[in-house]
Amino acid sequence: MTEESAKTALTNAALEIGQQGSGDAAKGASAERAKAVDPQLKQILCDVLGLDADDVSAFDADTGLFGHVPELDSMAVAGLLTEMEDRLDIIIEDEDVDGEMLETYGGLLDFAIAKVEEG
Amino acid sequence: MIGSWTCERPEGRTSKELAVQITPQVEADEPTLLILPALFDEANKLRRYTIEVMRRLSEAGIGSVLPDFPGMNESMAPLSEQGLTQWREDAEQAAQQFGASHVLTIRGSALFAPQTLPAWHYAPAMGPRILRNMLRAQVLALRETGQQLSIDELGERGAAQGIELAGWQFGPQLFSQLQEAEPLANPAHAIIEQSEVGGAGLWLRAEPDDNADQVAALADIIAAKITAR
Repeated sequence: MTEESAKTALTNAALEIGQQGSGDAAKGASAERAKAVDPQLKQILCDVLGLDADDVSAFDADTGLFGHVPELDSMAVAGLLTEMEDRLDIIIEDEDVDGEMLETYGGLLDFAIAKVEEG
Repeated sequence: MIGSWTCERPEGRTSKELAVQITPQVEADEPTLLILPALFDEANKLRRYTIEVMRRLSEAGIGSVLPDFPGMNESMAPLSEQGLTQWREDAEQAAQQFGASHVLTIRGSALFAPQTLPAWHYAPAMGPRILRNMLRAQVLALRETGQQLSIDELGERGAAQGIELAGWQFGPQLFSQLQEAEPLANPAHAIIEQSEVGGAGLWLRAEPDDNADQVAALADIIAAKITAR
């Protein structure tokens, strides 16, 4: 499995709640961690964008973020990333931030999961 | 309700600054709360919230005053010439001029709370985190114009010669002080966490907002603490 498809698999595991029990313990543990990141990330987006929890809970991997949500200018993106650092206990380097990561909810979630797993 | 105060600076310079004061209807020997405004973009995001908290406190018989400090809000003084040490002295002056009995700091203003009065720090923001957020915004904004600079590179520049971040002109003094700033330890000062107020902090929002539940919660917490003292 390539790194990219592994991340996609984690995202799917996080997004499709209820598809548990693959039998692979390591994969199960990763999926558990990934699953914990999804609601935290949605809560952060909720808080930063001032959206209702119901609206954000409907976000899926393809939901557009930067460039689609007018509130997300550079100051707001900075606030979002700094809040992710605080709540997910990760450090986001300058070079981590690119258009792809901010393009969709799935991209941001993949990134957050990868950072959390890096420890 | 909207008045002014005169901030004395070294070498005989004075700075006349705006102050919003809300006093209860019944004049008596009520406590007066000095409120120090949040800093930079958070000052804008939290201004309405702060004023609403003052209105609610007034209904509870507590007067409050929210002064501008040199370099903030409507001030004519340039932000680039300010520093945390000077702002702390200014806050002590404001406390005296308005006869304040207590102090409430909002987010970053915990970093220059006067040490002479009991104070509550609402969701205090540490200096390094304030700077990291603003430096990051600047890195992203510069990238859109094709310039690749890192948070560290901009930070070094800010400390050496000052820097403009998200439209705020930091002098080297304020920038370097913020790089290490946290609220001074003081047994008469306590923190009010956002979790006590409930909901998400309004400073997180991309746009300024208001929240009646949070206004009521924060004002009621402060009123209870002042009454208890």
